[in-house]
Amino acid sequence: MSAVATLQKSSLTAGRLPRWTPWAVGAGALAVSAGIMSLIGFNLPGWIVIAWLLFVPSMFVAARTVEGHQAGVDRFWTVLVCSAFVLALLPLVSVIVTLLVNGLPGLLDPGFLASTMQYATSQTDQAAAAGEGPVYGGILHALVGSVLVTLAATVISVPIGLFTSIYLVEYSQDGWLSRAITFFVDVMTGIPSIVAGLFGAALLFSLVDPQDSLMGFTAAVALSVLMIPVVVRSTVEMLRVVPNELREASYALGVRKWRTIVQVVIPTAISGIASGVTLAIARVIGETAPILVTAGVAVRLNTNLFNDWMMTLPVFIFRQLQNPTSPTAVGPSIERAWGAALVLVLLVMALNLAARLIARAFAPKQTGR
Amino acid sequence: MSKSIEAIDLDVYYGSFLAVEGVNIRIEPRTVTAFIGPSGCGKTTFLRTMNRMHEVLPNATVKGQLLLDAEDIYASGVDPVRVRSKVGMVFQRPNPFPTMSIRDNVLAGFRLNGIRMGKAQADEITERSLKGANLWNEVKDRLDKPGSGLSGGQQQRLCIARTIAVQPEVILMDEPCSALDPISTLAVEDLIGELKEHYTIVIVTHNMQQASRVSDKTAFFNIAGTGKPGKLIEFDYTDKIFSNPSVQSTEDYITGRFG
Repeated sequence: MSAVATLQKSSLTAGRLPRWTPWAVGAGALAVSAGIMSLIGFNLPGWIVIAWLLFVPSMFVAARTVEGHQAGVDRFWTVLVCSAFVLALLPLVSVIVTLLVNGLPGLLDPGFLASTMQYATSQTDQAAAAGEGPVYGGILHALVGSVLVTLAATVISVPIGLFTSIYLVEYSQDGWLSRAITFFVDVMTGIPSIVAGLFGAALLFSLVDPQDSLMGFTAAVALSVLMIPVVVRSTVEMLRVVPNELREASYALGVRKWRTIVQVVIPTAISGIASGVTLAIARVIGETAPILVTAGVAVRLNTNLFNDWMMTLPVFIFRQLQNPTSPTAVGPSIERAWGAALVLVLLVMALNLAARLIARAFAPKQTGR
Repeated sequence: MSKSIEAIDLDVYYGSFLAVEGVNIRIEPRTVTAFIGPSGCGKTTFLRTMNRMHEVLPNATVKGQLLLDAEDIYASGVDPVRVRSKVGMVFQRPNPFPTMSIRDNVLAGFRLNGIRMGKAQADEITERSLKGANLWNEVKDRLDKPGSGLSGGQQQRLCIARTIAVQPEVILMDEPCSALDPISTLAVEDLIGELKEHYTIVIVTHNMQQASRVSDKTAFFNIAGTGKPGKLIEFDYTDKIFSNPSVQSTEDYITGRFG
């Protein structure tokens, strides 16, 4: 309280806690909490939780006494909101740290990105686990498979999604068909991914020889069932925000509807469309279940989407954990699974970054004055 | 270039709602005609029927005839897109294409229609149109910069340049100065006076001083009440409309008794 008294030089600073108060109260709470913990045996989560439980009321009481009731309530909610933010951040940071710690050894294995599981056998894994050799095997086949399957899904989904959105925004005039499409797109957004996988498998099963129906392309079909609604929703939003004045300006110049859409509407919305598509890709690249039932599993590199089973990163992770290469020495398999998980997350991060860069690169230029 | 416009018993509908009723008007080539009247009286609606732009809205239809030099633009089999390439339009708010440079905005009427041209011809059209819109000196050093970087008044003159680049017969202007400051407004009004030598111009305005400054003839539109159709009340020389109108409601409007 004496610190407050010395600050009362100006009438405006009267009755205000100094800026360092939260830090001081926090340090005090941590100290008291440490004291309590030393009595009952120290552990980190307990220390932090007790410190927080002490910090919230003491901050409230301090602010209420010095600054008044409303200011006290204000401080109380500020503390709660900031705590929630930290709490929400915790799992995110924890995931990244865990991935880096567990994934880096796998990633740094020689040939991890450049080799497949073809020559990694139970014997090599047992040798590696015993410290008598390096960890053989890698994720090349899964990485290539993931990229190919996702690329094929994108090639299928983007034209369908883009044309559907163009129909909804530019042609439908809000008829019953457009309302039906919007409804089903909304329903499809929430479709469980395993259902999409079964749909893809069943579709190709009925179209081609059932013996050959498990292949990369089947997985791409299943993924596009998941991807199309995401693309449609984001693209529709982007097309809707294109000002009608631009369409009218184009019509008034004697430009036909299709050219107006291709030359005016889409270029104006392209940054949003492109980042929406990129996020849709990031959404499906991590799917496991639909690929497991459509493309199966593989240990060799397969670059043909239309023939034979194909591996992808999520299935690789699942497979390495579920069916370790050497059932008696699972260490190398777990190491490879973590490494693949890290690569997958890096891939998704790169896609998100790409979405931002694309959005910025395509955005209409506003400078030039 | 430059054609006359004649409306004969023209009704405009939005669905079953009659928005404008029984317009008969004859607009001579190479004149400026101003449409004035209170909000919602159908000035803009009628203006948009003159290049079939109102059809962009769903369910908008027209009954009657609208002749462009004796050719009915509403005759069956007429392609609205061809009508629009003859009758250009400038909108209320400047709307240059944000993805295009100043040069491409001027050439938009050609580029968007996929018409290819040599660089010399493109430069010639750009310069002629920008000079025609009194914008050349302000932008000639930055033709490759985006059009959206210009000021509001410059953007509106860019839109006019874009309209005259395709050499229409008629230019329709829908409150072209309502989003502009007085200096930009003056620039656009001066430009209208120059464009009159080559084009038939129809301008919708809420500003009666502007109508009296720029137009040769003035048409007064009015509406009997909400839900009733707008009508053309009086059409005469601007001097006469503003000094000695023959209809009482016109006088009431221009003297500020309503509207």
